[in-house]
Amino acid sequence: MTNEATKGEVLVRIEGVEKMFHRGSEDIHVLANLDLQVAAGEFLALMGPSGSGKSTLLNLIGGLDRPTRGTVRIGGERIDELTDRRLADWRARHIGFVFQLYNLMPVLTAERNVELPLLLTHLNKAERRKHVATALAMVGLTHRANHFPRTLSGGEQQRVGIARAIVTDPTLLLCDEPTGDLDRKAGDEILNLLQALNREHGKTIIMVTHDPHASARASRTVHLNKGQLTNEPVS
Amino acid sequence: MKFAHLVWANLLRRKLRTTLTILSIVVAFVLFGLLCAIRQALVGGVELAGADRLIVRHKVSIIQLLPESYQARMQRIAGVDLVTHQTWFGGIYQDPKNFFMQTPVVPEDFLSMHPEILLSAEERKAWLATRTGAIVGRNTAERFKWKVGDRVPIRSPIWGQRTWEFQLVGIFEGREKGTDTTPMFFRYDYFDEVRQENWGRGLVGWYTIRVKEPARAAEIARLVDEEFENSPYETKTEPEGAFAQGWARQVGNITLIVAGILGAVFFTILLVAGSTMSQAVRERIGELGVLKAIGFTHAGLLALVLAESCTLALLGGGLGLGLAWLLTAGGDPTGGMLPLFNLLARDVLIGVGLAVALGLLTGLFPALQAMRLRVADALRRM
Repeated sequence: MTNEATKGEVLVRIEGVEKMFHRGSEDIHVLANLDLQVAAGEFLALMGPSGSGKSTLLNLIGGLDRPTRGTVRIGGERIDELTDRRLADWRARHIGFVFQLYNLMPVLTAERNVELPLLLTHLNKAERRKHVATALAMVGLTHRANHFPRTLSGGEQQRVGIARAIVTDPTLLLCDEPTGDLDRKAGDEILNLLQALNREHGKTIIMVTHDPHASARASRTVHLNKGQLTNEPVS
Repeated sequence: MKFAHLVWANLLRRKLRTTLTILSIVVAFVLFGLLCAIRQALVGGVELAGADRLIVRHKVSIIQLLPESYQARMQRIAGVDLVTHQTWFGGIYQDPKNFFMQTPVVPEDFLSMHPEILLSAEERKAWLATRTGAIVGRNTAERFKWKVGDRVPIRSPIWGQRTWEFQLVGIFEGREKGTDTTPMFFRYDYFDEVRQENWGRGLVGWYTIRVKEPARAAEIARLVDEEFENSPYETKTEPEGAFAQGWARQVGNITLIVAGILGAVFFTILLVAGSTMSQAVRERIGELGVLKAIGFTHAGLLALVLAESCTLALLGGGLGLGLAWLLTAGGDPTGGMLPLFNLLARDVLIGVGLAVALGLLTGLFPALQAMRLRVADALRRM
């Protein structure tokens, strides 16, 4: 798989996926016989009530977890069959994560946070700095590069999180409630940014959200209810 | 190296905790350095002992004397290259606190037997020409600010309660760093002549034998003892190293004592640093989950946490060893009781090894914990 997926081709193909957790003697079925396809260049919003399995599905697509049954193909590659080591390498090359609570390293500056994924590449220091500068410029935070997360606003921290997610130019951006911890204004700025990444840079984005205002920015919305996908909102 | 800033930033996350942990490691390694120096002072003679030298003493005790006439008989034993003798003088210079060893020797034989004692040709010539001449080691000369030409009065409670006057004709250096440069040596002929008014004439303290082949040392030791069996002065012959060890054992099993103290100290430090590292990992499970999410492998995280614990241990260990080195650089702090007191490069290397081991041990369990984290679970704990 290359980082340049052709627009319109199926990038994410999930077939017959089940995910079950064990809690004591109880089996909890989070996802049941789920099928989903996401085309390259698509901006998909994944909605559903709490506990519907949205984050679990996102984790399966991002290679953070494995399905109990079924297959997860990203760009034609069966990631559910990769070893832990290969899966880590695959994530480093193909996935950019954006988290609800930004998940920045508090001990590193914005610039160093964005640089983190590049430490796993063979780029030298100068090349890493160049990539970091580009990513920070794309999210409009060049002037805050040397600031620590605690000195940044929530919106700025999330923009650093997005810069970290895109700095390796991944195939797929996975956003877990990216505006969930932000006020409306800051949330809008983040959604504008994601939309720009999708429209202007062709990034495929899957975004988990509760917020209809956020999902309205996506090119398609699917709903998850009790481990099943529907096209209609869950009442 | 590209991960160095990450390691460093994590260590500085809780500055006070990191500082206190480093300080506790520093204290442990200062103690390690000082105990190594004390151990060296007490048992160092064993390591510096010549492999080709035997010590012959009275079978009952070192304080029992042996006849001077034994020298010629020992010299006749096959395999013996050279025989010299020394006698405990036990003199006091001005004050009993000013302890240092003095023994009468036969200069030519003694210098030939002990090549580790370095004396200039002029001083050697002067010693041979001066009946009351004495040479003293650099350490003691500096301690009492003596210089060649000085007259040194020494009172001996053993040899007649009189004051002996020696003329300082040379100051010797040690060939090795650990060579003892505290003793004073003076001429046996002068000693024997003056003491004849008292007791012990014709008797000496102990003999040193140099053998032609070190491999035959044990056999020659047996032959020497057999030679004097059933005589009024039976002997006990042993390698110089074993003799030195016997002296050291009078204090106790130094190595065991040192190992015991250090074992207790390092066990405590292991718990302190281990607790710090565990806490450091526990409080950032979520961050470790993020690192895994962006592509850090299990092994990568293991290495990262171990790098943190090793940096902590090496910083503390390095500072501690450096401080210990500074504290021991001045040599014997007792002014003569511990002439070989110094921190050897070998012990510093052992210290560095200990620091690395401490880092690995304290980091291992937290590192394994980090390695085994399930990413999805860890991210929930951000």
